[in-house]
Amino acid sequence: MGIFKKLVSWGQKKSPWIIHFNAGACNGCDIEFIDSLTPKYDIERIGILQHGSPRHADILICTGAVTLQTRDRLIQIYEQMASPKYVIAVGTCACTGGIFNGCYCVMGGIDTTIPVDVYLPGCAVRPEAVIDAIDKLLNSNDKDKTKKKAKSDKQKEVSEESNEEKSDEQ
Amino acid sequence: MSDNSSNRIVIPLGPQHPALKEPGSFTLTLEGEKVVNAVIGIGYNHRGLEKALESRTYIQNLYMIERICGICSHTHSVAYCQAIEEMCGVEIPMRAKYIRVIIAELERLHSHLLWLGVAAHEIGFDTLFMYAWRDREMVLDMLAELCGNRVNYGINTLGGVRRDIDDNDAHEIKKILRVLHNQISYYLELATNEPTLIARLADVGKLNHDDALKFGAVGPVARAAGIANDVRKIEPYAAYDEVPVNVITDDHGDVLGRTLVRVKEMLESISIIRYCLDNLPAGEILAKVPRKVPAGEMISRTEAPRGENIHYINSDGSDIPYRIRVRAPSEANWHGMKHMLEGSFLADVPIAIAAIDPCYSCTDRAIFVNSDNGESRLYDWKGLREYSIKWHRDRGLNIADIQIPMAKNYIQIQRKTND
Ligand code: SF4
Repeated sequence: MGIFKKLVSWGQKKSPWIIHFNAGACNGCDIEFIDSLTPKYDIERIGILQHGSPRHADILICTGAVTLQTRDRLIQIYEQMASPKYVIAVGTCACTGGIFNGCYCVMGGIDTTIPVDVYLPGCAVRPEAVIDAIDKLLNSNDKDKTKKKAKSDKQKEVSEESNEEKSDEQ
Repeated sequence: MSDNSSNRIVIPLGPQHPALKEPGSFTLTLEGEKVVNAVIGIGYNHRGLEKALESRTYIQNLYMIERICGICSHTHSVAYCQAIEEMCGVEIPMRAKYIRVIIAELERLHSHLLWLGVAAHEIGFDTLFMYAWRDREMVLDMLAELCGNRVNYGINTLGGVRRDIDDNDAHEIKKILRVLHNQISYYLELATNEPTLIARLADVGKLNHDDALKFGAVGPVARAAGIANDVRKIEPYAAYDEVPVNVITDDHGDVLGRTLVRVKEMLESISIIRYCLDNLPAGEILAKVPRKVPAGEMISRTEAPRGENIHYINSDGSDIPYRIRVRAPSEANWHGMKHMLEGSFLADVPIAIAAIDPCYSCTDRAIFVNSDNGESRLYDWKGLREYSIKWHRDRGLNIADIQIPMAKNYIQIQRKTND
């Protein structure tokens, strides 16, 4: 099992697949993220591939403050991803709710809904920053971390459910 | 998920997705391969902005207004600023007006290039997608040079603009525009002469002149149906009354028409920017605007890349607006969408939706349920796109066959501009 985990972690470091979700952004960060896929920045050249299905993805790139409408979707996508999974909150409003904080149908940052691993502030973030964030995430991804991560994911999911119940009551 | 009639199939599409931009959902009813009914659901990105605007001061709202949309942020802030300037009775300096026009046209360039890329991607022409987005970087470089930010430029302020354009900037911009002009002329040639592309785009997402009027289409969608609706011309704002603007129209009324309109508009934008840089009046860039806006109401219109953008501002005389209403152009174009989709083939749905350049984003899985034998298939946006590409390839239209040679001396020019 140890070797298997190690292998997974090693493999992920080489070629992480990412999925992008707009949880209620202004599009600014989204187009900057898409920019990082196109010729000038081209993250594919370092093995990072964007993928449409959460089941195949290792990293969830999430932009925007979470709106009430997208909240369930976001949780659904996160739950569909296979562990170990990582979340990068891209943009100030993904980190804290930013300028939309306090709006009547905005929950706040991504971390109000799902656990976040890397916070990337900026309004809008630059494609270079997106690449740097992925790089930082991968380099902190050693084998112990993977193990811990899988555990904490589970714990977070549990606490999330209780959160959900709470908000449902509201 | 079946309808009463035996061979009808219902496909829910969306709402989420990772592709581009915002989420929206579609429920398509099919009869064979034809779409007979389309129901459109939007509002996933509703953040309650208008309410939020009512609790912030006019100055704070400037930043909020820009973040309505990251793609056409400048047009929103121009509409907002000019409404308030008018309410306060402030005439902003001519130089500021010219700078607003320059940024607005740069924004149009980047938005249309973005659209060109997305549309090309939807029909499976990824080479053009990459080319368009690469060229878009040049525009973003210019915007970053002039405004300090690539997205949400923050150049407008109440009473004028915050940054000036000096001769050096103007010189640099003109150099980049030359390269861009070559590239875009090339895309125009492609859209007018390439038979595969024309066959793929013609007669898709039809919206004729009368329907466009009926559904209140705006922007390139209306202009592609032969309606010369362009706020820059019919109600000139900023410096558009002094700058020569040619309204581009086309009578195809389909996706091909919209492509041609947008590509030609890019060339037009370049010539507007050149004109503005050459005729930039000297003087101040900022006028003083009082903190409190006199009571009253104002409607202000601008021409966003996607069409007519309307802002309504109601002030009660304090430093906080009483009500702000924003009618973004995509909102007007959604109404015709149902009409465009009905009667078209399933394979044409992605490009028909993309062609109005909506602020949507949906790739979620959609379930394809065949009511005859209960067989169901899972579709997501990507799957539908692939289906669409394959469908057309089977009918002899292979977009991927189109070769784009590197435009002549592109690299050379690029290097020169970088020096
Ligand atoms: S951080 Fe700023 S640019 Fe990014 S999505 Fe939020 S408001 Fe838009």
